[in-house]
Amino acid sequence: MTRADAPPPSLATSPSRRLLGRAVNAAVTLALGVALAIAAYGALSFLVFGAAWSGDVSACRATDGACWPFVAAKLKQFVFGRYPDDELWRAALAMLLPPALLLAAFLARRRVGLGGFAAAVLLGLPLSFLLVAGDGALLAPVPTEAWGGLTLTLLVSYTGIAASLPFGIVLALMRRSSWPVPRWLAICFIEFWRGVPLVTVLFMAAVMLPLFLPEGTSVDKLARALFAIAVFASAYMAEVIRGGLQSVPENQVTAGRALGLGYSQILALIILPQAIRSALPGIAGTFIGLLKDTTLVLVIGLFDFLGMIQLAAADPAWSASTTTLTGYAFAALVFWSLCYAIALVSAYLERVTAVGRR
Amino acid sequence: MKRQGILYCALALLFFCAGARAGTLDEVKARGKLNCGVTQGLAGFSSTDASGNWAGLDVDFCRAVAAAIFDDPSKVNFVPLSSKQRFTALQSGEIDVLSRVSTWTMQNDTALGVNFVGVIYHDGQGLMVRKKLEVQSALELSGAEVCTNTGTTTELNIADFFRSRSMPYKIVAFEKSDEALKAYEAERCDVYSTDASSLSAQRVKLAQSEDHVILPDLISKEPLAPAVRQNDPQWESLVRWTLFALINAEELAVTKANADKLSRADAAPGVRRLLGAEGDYGRAIGLDNDWALKAIRAVGNYGEIFDRNLGQQSPLKIDRGLNRLWNNGGILFAPPVR
Repeated sequence: MTRADAPPPSLATSPSRRLLGRAVNAAVTLALGVALAIAAYGALSFLVFGAAWSGDVSACRATDGACWPFVAAKLKQFVFGRYPDDELWRAALAMLLPPALLLAAFLARRRVGLGGFAAAVLLGLPLSFLLVAGDGALLAPVPTEAWGGLTLTLLVSYTGIAASLPFGIVLALMRRSSWPVPRWLAICFIEFWRGVPLVTVLFMAAVMLPLFLPEGTSVDKLARALFAIAVFASAYMAEVIRGGLQSVPENQVTAGRALGLGYSQILALIILPQAIRSALPGIAGTFIGLLKDTTLVLVIGLFDFLGMIQLAAADPAWSASTTTLTGYAFAALVFWSLCYAIALVSAYLERVTAVGRR
Repeated sequence: MKRQGILYCALALLFFCAGARAGTLDEVKARGKLNCGVTQGLAGFSSTDASGNWAGLDVDFCRAVAAAIFDDPSKVNFVPLSSKQRFTALQSGEIDVLSRVSTWTMQNDTALGVNFVGVIYHDGQGLMVRKKLEVQSALELSGAEVCTNTGTTTELNIADFFRSRSMPYKIVAFEKSDEALKAYEAERCDVYSTDASSLSAQRVKLAQSEDHVILPDLISKEPLAPAVRQNDPQWESLVRWTLFALINAEELAVTKANADKLSRADAAPGVRRLLGAEGDYGRAIGLDNDWALKAIRAVGNYGEIFDRNLGQQSPLKIDRGLNRLWNNGGILFAPPVR
């Protein structure tokens, strides 16, 4: 938390006074506390105390709690889908590569500069896809039908994230342009894609598109979904960036011109750094939303993390009344961890970039 | 209703557009793989086993068709589909066979440009009660409270059944079938009802599953059948006769294990015709004469497929009931190969 988000000191009172000061406050605090305790007790007794921790399906049938042996037995499928056993390292590496490259570029930012960042982003994702898909020579090709689980969730999210930021910036700049043609193109694009639910876009891409294409041409279903998500995320990102751009006072452009800088220099050195910094919370929010939205690829028959969990819960060998619930609880846990990681990174970046402003 | 009409018109139009395509068999052969539409996870029909491979009755039927064509049951590309997508996927050519617990109804058969090849599983809505009620038949359930899930034909079938017999009843409906089961287990109602094929899977979930019985009555007809596009009669015959071959194989006691031997031995004429040792039956559907041998060798006969995925060798232990052969007390019947 930066100092800027803390409440103004004049209104600050001690927490105990705010929670318990007046009778009404005390009553509300008590009621909420009891509700919280009941919910926590219910969750804990399902997830921990009443849960089956070892054994097989009969242990799960004997209890009302979570069925963790099911998660343990199916974990490989949850993470890798139906990816071939001998090649799992490729999927694992592909999941870690893009964030690892970004982290490396960030740590060495003084030495590699902006170019290093760009290289990390541009290289990381294609390398991941190459790893998972195989090149046919060194790595055996794996068809996209075998991709799945967390691998697919992350690859789809990475694509959305990597595509939305640059395209979002371009679209936001176009929308603020004084030339009518790019401005109206951007407005149409953004408003169209923002106005359509993602499920519809995915469904159109997966089901309707093949009907309109000429016979015999087939575009991979995953590729269609990736494209749909990239376009969708870019439209949202454009508006977030535009919000950031609006926070930069107009006279800074004038000041930049007065110093003899050109448009691209003003943009790269003055406007964008400030705009992106102030848009950071919104950008992180969009990324988190995107990560969760990727579960919608299930409707077009791709098995992402959540899809694999649902599929595994249908296995008759694990048929118990809490199997499905346990799967969902596990999915919630994993998604929350991933989203919280994004939030932490965003908070850290806010802190680092705010240094000059304090 | 009007929107449905438009949808059907669109589908019909697409059907005409698709009419010009080359034969499905040639396309499948050129692709080297059969695209087969299955569910996104339904125990016993299409789900994944411990090692993540597809398993189930619908899945094995896809494998049988692939084996009949390629002599290799692994040459299938399984396309998981939601119930909304399934017919569109078939129409658009994304899949060649729809093997996805689809009910053969007049509407599905006539209005969507698809043809059903034959019943692979006679399903129907079943009823489960506690053993201690000592109920023998659904007709003794007058005044019962029935737990089921909302918004499906399940609820309507219950209403039809009780009303047509002037029996009082009360429906306790839930959003999800697992919730309905929980309520039944907590004795909030006397009867739990869902499709017979999933009733056994649900019963296994109960803590004391042996205290509950599934009544022999079925209160609705749900014939599940694989489907193909309407525009390719040869392909339709191929898929249909692969199903018939599996059923005939059980009738003629041809199994996965003995199929090869029987095809060479001096077997009964019916068996020789089925396995391609006699006659020229494969030619007419564009395959070799031993197409049925290849399919049976790969997945076994209908009985073996049933036992493995739904019956006694599976965790579901579903009684074959109506799905016994016609000469064994069931209604499973396939026309002869001759």
